[in-house]
Amino acid sequence: MEKVIAGKQIDVTEEGFMTDFSQWDNTVGEALAQESSIQLTPRHWEVITYLQEQFKQEVPLSIRKIGKSGVVDIKEFYVLFPNAPLKTATKIAGIPKPVSCI
Amino acid sequence: MKQNNYQGGIRKMMIILSKATLDNVYAAFVLANGARMEGIEAEMFFTFFGLEAVHKKKLEHLHIATVGNPAMHMPTLLGGLPGMEALATSMMKKEMERLDMPDVAEFLEILKASGVKLWACKLAMDMFHYQREDLIDDLDGVLTVGDFYKQGSGLGTHMLFI
Repeated sequence: MEKVIAGKQIDVTEEGFMTDFSQWDNTVGEALAQESSIQLTPRHWEVITYLQEQFKQEVPLSIRKIGKSGVVDIKEFYVLFPNAPLKTATKIAGIPKPVSCI
Repeated sequence: MKQNNYQGGIRKMMIILSKATLDNVYAAFVLANGARMEGIEAEMFFTFFGLEAVHKKKLEHLHIATVGNPAMHMPTLLGGLPGMEALATSMMKKEMERLDMPDVAEFLEILKASGVKLWACKLAMDMFHYQREDLIDDLDGVLTVGDFYKQGSGLGTHMLFI
């Protein structure tokens, strides 16, 4: 389905995850963060950039990998993106919802 | 108010672990971690043999059961042979590493960092003569059953016994 985010037509799943990363830019990220009631700080952006790099390298994401990333530890990850951090952060980053159970 | 909007979703998982076989321990850990990943609160209560999963000296040496476990598809006598449990356990551990599953100690660290509350059962500790210092430092405390139920109060709490 399509949705207007930051004034652009964006393809998303029913849960609101973007399906075409090429449509993502910083303003879309900001708008998606606002939908999740998150004020993005430089720390958030570092994590978002890391997630996007992993996605481009086709590395599957999990909480364990985030903890070992050296970018953010699990505790801070939950503070930055409270309530379902991996889902929220990947949604803002414009990448698919992770399928990992861990 | 907030309660009037309650749609029946799960808000908190209270998971009781009473067994120390690796498969049960992992099931409990994955469910607790999975809850947090979905924004659901989670608390764990370690009782009876489940206490071994938070016992400093024992948590690294948990096994899967080869006897009395029909899913092993081996005759009970064979499963009871020396070394059989160790073999099955090492096979399972290899498979889990492939799936990027952490070992028990690391999994506990992940749970703690994710905000899962870890409680030990007072009665079981007394029964096994365990002291607080025998258990991992990350433990949030030692509770009675009544205390644990109190922790679970509120709308949308579910309890699970493993």
